[in-house]
Amino acid sequence: MLKSKHFELIRTAAVLLISLLLTFIMISFVSGSPLQTIGIFLYEPISSVSHAGNVVEMAIPLMFTGLALSLLFKMNMFNLGAEGIFYFSALVASAAAIHFSLNGFLHPIVAILLGGIVGALISGIPGFLKAKWNANELVTSLMFNSILYGVGQYILNYKLRDASAFQTASFKFEPTAVLDRIIPGTRIHTGLIIVLVCIVAGHYFMYKTKWGYELRMTGANREFAEYSGIKTGRVILYVHLLAGLIAGIGGSVEVLGMYSRFQWNALPGYGMDGALVAMLAKNNPLAVIGSALFLAYIRVGADMMSRYSDVPSELISIIQAVILLLVSADQFLKFWKNRMLLKEAKMNA
Amino acid sequence: MRETLLEMCNITKVYSNGVVANQKVNFSLAEGEIHAVAGENGAGKSTLMKMMFGMEEPSEGEIYLRGSRIRLQSPMDAIRLGIGMVHQHFMLVPSFTVAENMVLGMEPKKGVFLNQAEAARLTREFSFRYNLQVDPEEKVENLSVGMKQKVEILKALVRGARILILDEPTAVLTPQETEELFGQLKLMRENGHTIVFISHKLKEVKAICDRITIMRNGRTEGVFDIREVTEQEISRLMVGRDVVLKYAKSGREYGESVLQVRDLGYSKEGKKVLGGINLSIREGEILGIAGVEGNGQAQLVEALTGRLEGDSGTVQVAGANISRFDIGEIRGLGVSYIPEDRMRQGTAKEASIVDNLISTVYNSKAWTRWGFQKRKKMAELTEEKIREFQIKASGPAQEIGMLSGGNMQKVVVARESSTAPRLLIAEQPTRGVDVGAAQLIHRKLLELKEEGCAILLISADLNEILELSDTLAVMYEGDMAACFERPSELTEEELGLYMLGIKKQDEQSIRRAMHA
Repeated sequence: MLKSKHFELIRTAAVLLISLLLTFIMISFVSGSPLQTIGIFLYEPISSVSHAGNVVEMAIPLMFTGLALSLLFKMNMFNLGAEGIFYFSALVASAAAIHFSLNGFLHPIVAILLGGIVGALISGIPGFLKAKWNANELVTSLMFNSILYGVGQYILNYKLRDASAFQTASFKFEPTAVLDRIIPGTRIHTGLIIVLVCIVAGHYFMYKTKWGYELRMTGANREFAEYSGIKTGRVILYVHLLAGLIAGIGGSVEVLGMYSRFQWNALPGYGMDGALVAMLAKNNPLAVIGSALFLAYIRVGADMMSRYSDVPSELISIIQAVILLLVSADQFLKFWKNRMLLKEAKMNA
Repeated sequence: MRETLLEMCNITKVYSNGVVANQKVNFSLAEGEIHAVAGENGAGKSTLMKMMFGMEEPSEGEIYLRGSRIRLQSPMDAIRLGIGMVHQHFMLVPSFTVAENMVLGMEPKKGVFLNQAEAARLTREFSFRYNLQVDPEEKVENLSVGMKQKVEILKALVRGARILILDEPTAVLTPQETEELFGQLKLMRENGHTIVFISHKLKEVKAICDRITIMRNGRTEGVFDIREVTEQEISRLMVGRDVVLKYAKSGREYGESVLQVRDLGYSKEGKKVLGGINLSIREGEILGIAGVEGNGQAQLVEALTGRLEGDSGTVQVAGANISRFDIGEIRGLGVSYIPEDRMRQGTAKEASIVDNLISTVYNSKAWTRWGFQKRKKMAELTEEKIREFQIKASGPAQEIGMLSGGNMQKVVVARESSTAPRLLIAEQPTRGVDVGAAQLIHRKLLELKEEGCAILLISADLNEILELSDTLAVMYEGDMAACFERPSELTEEELGLYMLGIKKQDEQSIRRAMHA
C-alpha cells in the first residue's frame, strides 16, 4: 500500500517520470519521426556493452561530486566548490602523472592522493571561513571556482602545455599513471571501484560513525548541536575537508581514467551536475549511485539521439532544468501527501 | 442560551508532517460569552484557533458565522469578518510607537504621510472605551509584557474584532496583571464582544469564563457551563485522570555546594542586566528562581551554560571556574541543561528520537567504538526511555518533529536526566506542556534531587516553582529581590509582589537564605 512515509521516494519517481514525459512531448514537436527518436533516446544507451559502458563511465565523476556535495548539503551547507576542485585536482594529478616516474601500481595512487589532498586543502578554506566568521559558503565556494579556473589555466598554459599538441593540452601522461580498464569492450576503469568504495564508506560515515552523527546534527539544527556540546565549527571544517578530498579524488580519477592528456579548457561542469545528483539522491550516499546512473543514462541517451536522429542533444538541459525545478519545489505533490495523511489518520481513528 | 455566533463543525486537520491535530472537532461560540478552551498541549487547541483565525485551513469540515458558511484562507479574511487574535508571542514592531503599531496596515493618511495625530487619537479612543490604559507615544520596546498585551488586544479591537481569541494570555502575566486583564475582559463582554480564552490554568478559567470546551487528543471531550463543573472534573476530562499537583518531598538533607555564583554582574549597552548575583546550590537541593520574564533570568542561565561571560564575578561548578568554558566543557563537569526553547535548542526536529536522545553522550566511550556508534544499543536505550517516560511515538526511528510538544519535551528531559548529572539547569521545563507530561517531568526532577543532583529551576509557572523548590529566589531587574527557605508557605499573591518589585528583602536575609 502507498504510505505517506514513502512519499519522498514516490515524489522523486514522479519527478523523473514527468520530466521524461515532457521530453517525449518536446521530441514529438521537434522530430520528424518522434517514436523512433524516443526509441533511440531510451534504448540506445543500453543497446550494447559499449554504450552501457558509456553510461557508467559518465556516472563515475558524477558519483564523486554527488557524494561530495551530499555531505555538504546534509550539513545544510550549500557549497558548490566541487566544480573548481574537481578541475584543479585533475590538473594536479595530471602534473604528477606527467612528471613523476613511479611503477604502474604506485603512480596512479600517488597522483590521485595528491589531487585529493590538494582538493581537501582548497575546500578547507571556505570551510574555515564559514566556521570562523560565518562567511557564506555559497559565495566563497563559487568565487573559488573562478580563482581555481584562472590559476589552472595559467598552470596549463605555462607549465604543462605540450607545444606539439594540436590543441591546448598538457604533455602526455606517463603510461604508468593511467588507470586500468576493467571491463573489455568499454572504457570503464578502476575508478569505478574507487568511487563505489568511497560511497559505501560515505554511507557508513554518515549513518554509523560519531563524526557522521555530528555532521547530521549540525545540519539538522546547528544551535541544537552547539547546545549538546558538539563543536560545530570543527565539524564544518572537517566535512569541508572530506568533501574536498572526495571531489579532488574524483577529478584525478576522471582525468587518469579517461584521458591521456589534461585538456580541459573550461570547467567541466561535474561539480554543478553533482549538485543535481545529490539533490535527486536526497543527500543519501547510497542513493547517489542510482541518481548518477540515471543522469548519465539520459545524457548518453541524448548524445545518441543527436547522433542518430534529427534532435539535438541540448534538449537534455531542458530535462535537467525540469528535474531540478521539481525536486527543489518543496510543495510539489504536497496536496497528495496531505490527502494520504488524511486517509491514514481516518484509518487509525 | 444565547444565540450561536460561530460554529465549527466536524473539523479535521492533518498537518503535512502527519500530525493529526484535530479529529472531527465541534466547537460553537455563543454571542457575548467568554468561552474557555482547555486541554493538554498537543490536544489541538492552538490548531483549532489557528483555523478560526484563518492561519490554517481545515483538511475537512465547515465553519459557520451567524449561520452562513465561511472560508477563511488567511488572517485577513478573519479580520474582515470581525475575528481577532492575540498570540502567545506578540506580533508587534518593537521600534514603533504604540499608535504606529495600532494602525499598522490600515494607516490613516495625511497626503502620503502617516497621520500621527489621527493614529494617536484612535488609540486613545479605544484605550478609553475599553479601559486599556496605554500611552500612544511610547515605543513598544519600552513596554512591559503586560502593556504589550494590552496593545495587542487594542490592535485587534481597532480592526473591528467582535470575536477575540486569546492564546494563553496569562502565561506571561503576574497575578496582579492577570486580575487587571480579567477586569478588562469582563468590560469587553459587557460591550458585546465574544471572547475565546485558551488556558491551562483552571483557576482562571473558573474565575472568568461562562462556558468551557475541553479538548483531548485532538477531539472535543465536551462543552460545559462553567458553573456545572469543578476544577477536578475539568482536569480529569483533560488528562483522563485526576491530577494532583502536590508532591511528597523528602526532608532536607543537602550535601556539598555544587554551583556557586559570586557577584556575577553583566551590562549590555550600558544597561545593567545582572547586578552582582550571588547564589549557591547544594547537592539534593532545588533552587527555584521566580520572576517576570526579562529580569535577568535568561542571562543568568546563559552565563551558566557558557554562552555569556559576565563583566564581573565568578561562576564555579564543583569547584571549577567555568567562565571561559564552552558548553561542551561545562557538560563535561556533570551539568545538564533543559533549555527553554525546545524547538530551537532542545531538539533537531528532522532527526530521529534516537539521534535527539544521545546528542549529549554520543562522544563517550560507552557509545562509540573506533568512531563507530553503537546504534543498536542506542535504539535499545531509546526504547527504554520511550517506555519510562511514556512517550507517544511509533518507535526510536521516528522523527521527533512528528511528536506533540509534551512528548518532545519528555525526550529532552529523558536526555538531560539520563547522564546522572550533578547539576541540572531546568529552564521552563514544563512550558507549553500538558498536565500529564508536566507531572512526569516534575517527578523526574524530584527523583534526581533524591539522587543528590543540584537543580536550578527557572519557571514562570508559580504553582510549579512553589511546589518543587526547596529554596526560592525572586529576580527583579537583574537582582535577587528575595529568597525564601520555605517556599511552600508562600502564596502566589505574595510572590507576585516581589516579582513586580513592590516588595524587596534586604540583602542580608537574601544571602542568609541563599547560603551564598
